[in-house]
Amino acid sequence: MTVRARGVAGRVLPPLLFALAVLAIWQLAVRATGTEESTLPAPTQVLSAGWEMRDLLVDNGWVTIKEIAIGYAAAIVLGVGLAVLLASSLLAERAMYPWLVVSQMVPIPAIAPILVIWTGFDIRPKVIVIALVSFFPIAVNTLDGIKSTEPELLSLLRTLGAGRWRRFRVAQLPSALPSLFTGLKIAAALAVIGAVFAEWVGSDAGLGYLILTLNNQVATSEMFATIAVLALIGIALFGLVRLAERLLLPWHHAHRAERA
Amino acid sequence: MTAAPDKLRVEGLSKRFPGADGGAVDALAGVDLRVAPGEFVSIVGPSGCGKSTLFNIVAGLTPPTGGRVLLDGEQPSALLGRVGYMPQKDLLMPWRSVLDNVTLGLEMSGVGRREARARARAELGRFGLEGFERRWPDDLSGGMRQRAALLRTFLAGRELMLLDEPFGALDALTRQALQEWLLDVWQGDRKTILFVTHDVEEAVYLSDRVYVMSGRPGTVELCVEIDLPRPRTFELLGSPAFVAHVQRLLTPLHAAARAQLEQVVS
Repeated sequence: MTVRARGVAGRVLPPLLFALAVLAIWQLAVRATGTEESTLPAPTQVLSAGWEMRDLLVDNGWVTIKEIAIGYAAAIVLGVGLAVLLASSLLAERAMYPWLVVSQMVPIPAIAPILVIWTGFDIRPKVIVIALVSFFPIAVNTLDGIKSTEPELLSLLRTLGAGRWRRFRVAQLPSALPSLFTGLKIAAALAVIGAVFAEWVGSDAGLGYLILTLNNQVATSEMFATIAVLALIGIALFGLVRLAERLLLPWHHAHRAERA
Repeated sequence: MTAAPDKLRVEGLSKRFPGADGGAVDALAGVDLRVAPGEFVSIVGPSGCGKSTLFNIVAGLTPPTGGRVLLDGEQPSALLGRVGYMPQKDLLMPWRSVLDNVTLGLEMSGVGRREARARARAELGRFGLEGFERRWPDDLSGGMRQRAALLRTFLAGRELMLLDEPFGALDALTRQALQEWLLDVWQGDRKTILFVTHDVEEAVYLSDRVYVMSGRPGTVELCVEIDLPRPRTFELLGSPAFVAHVQRLLTPLHAAARAQLEQVVS
């Protein structure tokens, strides 16, 4: 085995084995105590319930994935756009930053019903809720990243005749990328939460809607299976962000691997 | 030889910053200095003597409160973009390869990527960076990083270069090697260099002329022509003439440091 392969195995195997151990304990505990399936199903029951309702999971999962994809993309545009705006003007930052923070004190899921009144039951309120809950970490981290650019580097660029836009493109934007990705990773988790909430408020499809329906039927195993799929979507989104980070920030990754 | 205008002439330069408690701090008070074309001139002085302020003014980053800066005998409408500037930190961008870092100046002045890279490649050997052009700056040693930063400054193609303590953070042996190397490079194309250091021996070893600045407000205390023969090598460091120059420059610096210390102690 090469050193690299051993490194990958070393990182992947422990969490996998840990998860298997937890599932095994769960399975044994349910069996040993004779717990009802409607209270707490065993992992194998969840698995078989999920397999039986696979068409439902795929159809509704697809709806939720679309909502998350559009909402998350909107959050990136909104978050990065706001960060660039606030970084480019001290007045804009002073005027808007406090309100940006205040906007996070508003419980976004609570405004979802209002959005439903405005836009109806289609995909729009879901996209808006997802964007609203996940843009904040992107905006704040990107802004911090832009502002953490070394001032001497900006001076150096000025002596080289670089104007404001070039200083932004050459120095500030790349400086901000690592923190932008930190924001994107936090936002990935929030986006899934946002999707579920938005579907609870008003929808006729999606995994969040499916959970509500299954809850009415006390179909606990099926609910667990649905939650597991939601978690998988979140993990996949997080993984995509990590992958993009590795591809776009090779210097960052090289540096971290060396220190690790 | 006809008297060509000085590459750089600084006349009565002063700079006052607003202080923290409504007062004002004088960073520079009437600084005069001149650098002829192709000369290597150093400024030595204690930290806080206004060396960096002086550099920022000559580079065009900060306007002076009084006095003027002449390039080639004329007062330019803007200094920004006229003078090569290398700050203390190497400021290599970690997200750019060594090659893309050193071509920064060419890129900013609109030289095409292919041409900029070709020009940089031609200089890699002289700057000891051959074979490292595709590495990340984080992979380089301190000495290599400084050479890369110097190459970036050289490639920007300005006739006057301001170097602010480029070897300040290096260990003594690396520093000695780089001083010798810098002289070789400078001998090669005779750019005009204004060099800041707090190391008197470094200043004497490298320069044609050394200005000693005193602190708060910064003024020129002493100006010494270094008439030691060139090319200079490591052996020069022990010669009586070298030691005499160092002694002469150290005297006002030593007195100032003593005075400052006594002020603090009493």
